[in-house]
Amino acid sequence: MRDSVGSVRSVLLLGGRSEIGLAIVERLVREGAREVVLAARGGVDPVPNALTGSGATVHSVEFDAARADTHTGTVAEAVKLVGDLDVVVDAFGVLGEQSEYEADPVAAARAATVNYTGHVSAGLAVAARLREQGHGTLVVLSSVAGVRVRRFNFVYGSAKAGLDGFAQGLADSLHGSGARVLVVRPGYVPTRMSAHVDPAPFPTTPAQVAEVVAGGLRSGATTVWAPRVLRPLFAGMRLMPRALWRRLGR
Amino acid sequence: MNDRRTLLHGWGRTSPTAAHVVRPRTPEQVAEALAGAGERGALPRGLGRSYGDAAQDAGGVVLDCTGLTGPVRLDVERGEVTAPAGTSMDRLIAHLLERGLFVPVTPGTRHVTLGGAVAADVHGKNHPADGSLGAHVRALTLVTSDGSARRLRPEGDGSDLFWATVGGMGLTGVITEVTLAVIPVESAYMRVDTDRTADLEATLDLMARTDHRYSVAWLDLFARGGDLGRGVVTRAHHARTGDLPHALRRHPLRYGSTSLPLPPLTPPVGVVNTWTVGVFNALHHGRAPRRRRGQARSVTAYFHPLDALRGWNRMYGRLGVVQYQFVVPFGEEDTLAGIAADLSTARAPSFLAVLKRMGGSTPGPLSFPRPGWSLAVDLPADVPGLGAMLHGFDERVAEAGGRLYLAKDSRARAETVHAMYPELPAWRRVRDRADPDGVLISDMARRLRLL
Repeated sequence: MRDSVGSVRSVLLLGGRSEIGLAIVERLVREGAREVVLAARGGVDPVPNALTGSGATVHSVEFDAARADTHTGTVAEAVKLVGDLDVVVDAFGVLGEQSEYEADPVAAARAATVNYTGHVSAGLAVAARLREQGHGTLVVLSSVAGVRVRRFNFVYGSAKAGLDGFAQGLADSLHGSGARVLVVRPGYVPTRMSAHVDPAPFPTTPAQVAEVVAGGLRSGATTVWAPRVLRPLFAGMRLMPRALWRRLGR
Repeated sequence: MNDRRTLLHGWGRTSPTAAHVVRPRTPEQVAEALAGAGERGALPRGLGRSYGDAAQDAGGVVLDCTGLTGPVRLDVERGEVTAPAGTSMDRLIAHLLERGLFVPVTPGTRHVTLGGAVAADVHGKNHPADGSLGAHVRALTLVTSDGSARRLRPEGDGSDLFWATVGGMGLTGVITEVTLAVIPVESAYMRVDTDRTADLEATLDLMARTDHRYSVAWLDLFARGGDLGRGVVTRAHHARTGDLPHALRRHPLRYGSTSLPLPPLTPPVGVVNTWTVGVFNALHHGRAPRRRRGQARSVTAYFHPLDALRGWNRMYGRLGVVQYQFVVPFGEEDTLAGIAADLSTARAPSFLAVLKRMGGSTPGPLSFPRPGWSLAVDLPADVPGLGAMLHGFDERVAEAGGRLYLAKDSRARAETVHAMYPELPAWRRVRDRADPDGVLISDMARRLRLL
C-alpha cells in the first residue's frame, strides 16, 4: 500500500526491459519499494544494473504482450510472488519505423496489437486485481504521440491515442474502488527504442519521466506530462490547422 | 445490516483504501460479519481517529462499530461503568459527569469509541499518575473470529488475550463491551495552572518536577535557536466546588461539548504551511500568560481543545496530515532535543507539537506507553523529504530504546516497528490462538507485518 508519505512496497513492471519503466521502478525502490516484479517475454535475467544492490528483491515473470489470454495469469503470478500490487507500471511497447509499416500492413497490425490491444487485456487484468485488493495505482505509459496523431508516425501514434483513451476510461471505471490510474504522457525520450528516430524538441530522459511519475503518485494526479511544458504546448498543438499539422516534419 | 463498499482513511486522510463496510448493532451481528469475511479478512473500526491505516482493511470487510450502542450501566458501589464498545468517549463523559463521575483516562479527542480507545490503549495527560486506559479496564467482551463472545479480565483465565487486546489495534477480535473503573469528581471543571516556558530545557524541567495529576506542554518547534522548544505548560487537577468562581458554582457538573463545524470543504492545498504556522505559534506562545494559577476551565477546554473545531484535519488539504508520535525513556532527552532541533531546521511547519511525560506501562505487548517523554507532532504530508526525515527520526528513537505509537503511525517500516516492540512475537502467539484462520487484518498489519 502507498503510505502517507508516498512510499510503496511492491511494484510490477509490465515491459520489464523498458528503459523508462525501469527508471520508474528504480525511483520507487529508492523511495522505499522492497519487492519488484519484472514481466517480459522470456523473463528478465540478469537483474538490470540499476536494481542490483538496491535493497529490493527482484523477481521475474514471463509476459507476452501479444498473448492476451495469458495476461490474467501473469498478474496472478506476480501477486503470488509479492502479495498486493501497490504500483503496476504498464510500459511495454514498440516504436518501429513508419515507412516500414506503410510497406508492411501485417507488421503494422502486429505493432498495433502490442501497443494497443495488449494494454487493453493487461490493463483490465491489473484493474481487476487492484479492485479486489481495494488499493493500488496503475501507471500507464501513454505518449504525446497519441494526443494528436501526426502523419510521420501515425501507426504508433494512433495506438497510443487508443491507449490513452482506454486508460482514461479505465481510471473513471475505477473511481471509488480505492484503485487509481495515472496516465503518463512523455515527449521524445532518447532510448534504445527511439534510437532510430530524429530527436524532437523538448527531449526528456527516463530519469526525468520517473521523477514526474513519482510526483504524480504522491499528489494523486490523474495525468502527468514529461517534461511538464508539453501540457500547455499540446493545448496549442490541438488547435493547429490541419493543413499545417499535416506538414509537421516531426 | 446494510453493506456497501466505501473508501476509508484515517484521521490524517492520507491513504484511502476501499472496503465493504457493515454496521453491526449486536454481538451476534458482529459474529455474522466475521463469519462472512472473505480472503481479505475483516477488521473493527470505531470513529476513525487513528491517524494512519490502523482502521482500514483494503478489499476486506470493515465493521463500523459505532452501531454497538445501548444503555450505559453504572455500578456505583464498585466504582465502575459498563458500556457497549461503540459508545463514544463524549457520550460516556456526559453520562458520568451528570452523576459526579469521570473517566479515568481521556485521550486528546473525545470523539473515539470505547472499543477503539481500548484497542489503541490510549493515554492522557495523567499518564504518570494513572497510566493508560487499559490499566482501568476491569473486563471486556471480545467476539473472536469463531463467533464466540469471551468475557476477559486483566487477571486469571484469559488474561493473556485481554492484554493482547489492550493496544492490539483490533487484531484479536471485536470488542463489544467494556467495563471501566470510574473516578469521582466534584465538578466538570479543571483547576489549571499555566506557565510559559522559554526553551525546551525549561519546559522539560517544569514538566519533570510537577506533582499535578494532569500535565501537558504545547511546544513551538517552529521557533529557532534559543527559542526552540519554548512552550506553554498547562497542569491541572479536577476542580472542587470551592475552587470555582461563584458563577460556575450553581451548576458545577454542567458539561458543555459544543463544537464549531468547519465548512465541509477540503482546500486543494493545505492552509497549514510555514507562514501560517510561524504566525500561529508566535501568537499562541506570546498570548499565553507567563504564569497563571488556579484558572477554572471546562474538561472539554482542557482535555479536548481541538474538538472545538470539527473536521480540523481538512485544513491540511487534499494530501492530508502525518502525525509522528514517539516516546523515549528518561535520560534520552538529547534524542528528543535533537529531533526537535531537526524539525525546526527543516522548517517543518507543525502547529501541534505536544509533549507529555509518561509513567509506567501496562502488560499489553503492543501497548505504546513506556516511562519517558512522548512527543507528538502534526506535519502536512506534502512537506518535501518528509518520508526520509521521519525514517531518520525512527532510527534515533529506536536506538534510544523508544518506540512509535501505532495509533498515529502511517509510514513506518516493518523492521523498525518490530525492533521497537520486542514483545511482538509473544503477542502473535496469543493472537494466533484467538484467530487461527487469520480473519482479522488491517492495512497497518499488512504494512508493518504485524501478523
